[in-house]
Amino acid sequence: MCGIAGLIHRGKSSNVGSELQGMLQALKHRGEDSTGYALYGDTDGKNFIMRFKVGENVGEGSSSVMEDVSVYDERKKIVDQTLAEMGANVVKEERTLPYSLRYEIDYNVKDLLEFSQRIESIPGVEILSMGKSLEVIKDLGNAKMVCDRYSLDKVVGTHAIGHARMATESGVDIKSAHPFWGYPFSDVSVVHNGQLTNYWNNRRVLENKGMRFMSECDSELIAVYLAEKMRDGATLEEGMKASLTGLDGVFTYFVATKDSLGMAKDTMAAKPLVLYESDDLVAMGSEEIAIRSVLPQEIDTYDPFDGEVKVWQI
Amino acid sequence: MANLKTVSKKSKAQSMGMHTEVLTGRTQQKFFNPDEAENFYYFGTYDVDFNKRTELDVKDMTAPEANKEIDNLMSQGYGTIVIKNPQGKHSLGVGILNKLNLIFEGSLGYFGMGSCDGPIVRINGRVGWSCAENLMAGKVVIEKNAGSCFGAAIRGGDLICKGSVGARTGIDMKGGTIIIGGDAGAFTGFMMQRGRIIILGDVGINLGDSMYDGTIFVGGEIGSYGSDAVDAELTKSDQDWLKRKLKVAEIGENFDVSKMKKIVAGKKLWNYDNLEPTEKKGAI
Repeated sequence: MCGIAGLIHRGKSSNVGSELQGMLQALKHRGEDSTGYALYGDTDGKNFIMRFKVGENVGEGSSSVMEDVSVYDERKKIVDQTLAEMGANVVKEERTLPYSLRYEIDYNVKDLLEFSQRIESIPGVEILSMGKSLEVIKDLGNAKMVCDRYSLDKVVGTHAIGHARMATESGVDIKSAHPFWGYPFSDVSVVHNGQLTNYWNNRRVLENKGMRFMSECDSELIAVYLAEKMRDGATLEEGMKASLTGLDGVFTYFVATKDSLGMAKDTMAAKPLVLYESDDLVAMGSEEIAIRSVLPQEIDTYDPFDGEVKVWQI
Repeated sequence: MANLKTVSKKSKAQSMGMHTEVLTGRTQQKFFNPDEAENFYYFGTYDVDFNKRTELDVKDMTAPEANKEIDNLMSQGYGTIVIKNPQGKHSLGVGILNKLNLIFEGSLGYFGMGSCDGPIVRINGRVGWSCAENLMAGKVVIEKNAGSCFGAAIRGGDLICKGSVGARTGIDMKGGTIIIGGDAGAFTGFMMQRGRIIILGDVGINLGDSMYDGTIFVGGEIGSYGSDAVDAELTKSDQDWLKRKLKVAEIGENFDVSKMKKIVAGKKLWNYDNLEPTEKKGAI
C-alpha cells in the first residue's frame, strides 16, 4: 500500500509545500520508504525549472549501489557543458544535496523531448521534472524528513500532489519514487496508489512509439501513457478516461498540469480515495486524516465511485 | 431455548423470495434469546445507565487510548457517551460488546465501530472504509457519506448511511440490514450470504455479484447485475417491511417503495442451511 494526497486552491495561492507535507505525514503509516512532492509554485513563468539528480541517495534502507560522491561532480560538469552547448543559460543554480540539483534555465526550448534526451544521455543523470511551475522533489524517508531536507515548507503555489511510498514492485530508490514527471511534457506530474498488471505489455508498445521509461516502477506507466495520449492530441481528461480501460489492475491516481489537477479511479474501486471539494479548495487523499491535516474543522467528504475521472482548474 | 425457526416465519421468508431469512447464527440463538436474558453473561460487559451522560474529547488521543477510555466510562456506568473531535481517526469505537448510546460529533476514518455487538451509535459526520465491519447487533447511523466495504461481513443489527457509500457495500454480509439513503458503488452485496440491503438511490456495476442468499432492494438505477444476481417479485410483505424499516431508520419515509427493484440470488445452494456439527449436537 502507498498513500497519495493532493490539493488545489482555486483563485489564490497558498503555502502548498507545508500543506502537502502535513497531508503526506498523516499518511506515513501507508509507507515511508520514500516520499515525493510535485509542487506548482508561483513563478514569473519566464524560465524553465529543471529538477534533476546526478546520483541516488545511498543512505540507510536504499537499494541503490554505493557511488563515490566525486562522480556526482563529474556528472554535473557534463550537464553544465551540455546545457552550454545547447545555448541554455543557467540563471540560478541550487544544489540541495550532492546528488540533487535545481536549475532555473533561460532557454527557448523548442523540443523538450530532444532537450531531455540530451541531458539524460549522460550516465547517472535523470530529470525529475521540467516546467515553468512544476518542481518534483522526491527522496527516501517520510514526508517530514524530505520536507526538512529540501526546505519545502516555505513553497507557495496553487496546487500540489504527493506520494508516500511503500516499495513493493521496485527498489527503494529515488528513481522508483513518485511523483513521475509526464516526460517530455512541461509541468505534468503523476502519483499513483495501486498495481498495474499490464505494465510490460504497455511499456513495450510505448517504447516502440519513442516514449521513455526511467524505472521499472509500474506507476511510471501512467505518466508515460498520459503523455503519449496528449502527444497524439488528446486532452488530459480524455487521456485519463482512456486509461480506465487501457490500464489493467487496481489504481487511484492523480495527475497535475500547470493549471489543473485530476483524479482517476479504476473500475473496481479497489483503491481508496477521499475527496473534499469546495469553491476555493479541493483536497483529496488515500485517507480522510490527510485532508484533516489541512482542514481540521468538520467538513463534508466523499469517496469517488468506480471508474470516475475528475479534473479541476486553478 | 425458544425455537426461532418456526414454520410460519419460514414460510413468510420464503414468500419474500429468501431461502432462509430466519437466522440460525450463534449470536441470534444464544446471546439475544429473550428467554435466556437473565442467564446471559457476556465477558467484558457492564451495567450502564442511558441517562448517565458524559463527553469525551479525543482530539489528542490515539485510537487505542480513546477506545480504552470509552471502556473505562462504560465501567463507571455511563450509558450515553458523546465523542468530540474524532477528526477522521481510524478504528474508533471498535469492539464494544455492550448496550451503549454512543454519539460521534464528527467523522471517523477506517474500521470505525468494527466488531461491535449491541451499541446504538450515531455518527454526525462521514465514515471511512469498513465501517461497522462484523457488526453483530445494535444500530449504527451515519449522517453523511461512507467509504467502501461499508458493513462488511455484518451478522446482525441495522447499519444506516443517510448519504452515499463506496464500493463493495455489504460484502460477505451474513445478516442484519444495511440502508443507504443515497447511491452505492460497484460490487454492492458482493458474496453476501444473508441479510438485506436497501439502496434508495442508484447503484454501480456488478450488483450482488456471487451472492449466496439475502435480498437487495434498489430504488434507483442499477449499473449492471453481477453473476448469480437476479430480479425477484416485490411482494406486499416486502413493501410493508421496507416501509417499516425506512420509518424506523428515519430515512426516506415518504419514499415510494412499490417501485423498488428486488434482487436475490439466482442459485440454489444445497446443504446451505444445515447447522454446523457442534450446533447440531447441541440441538439434539
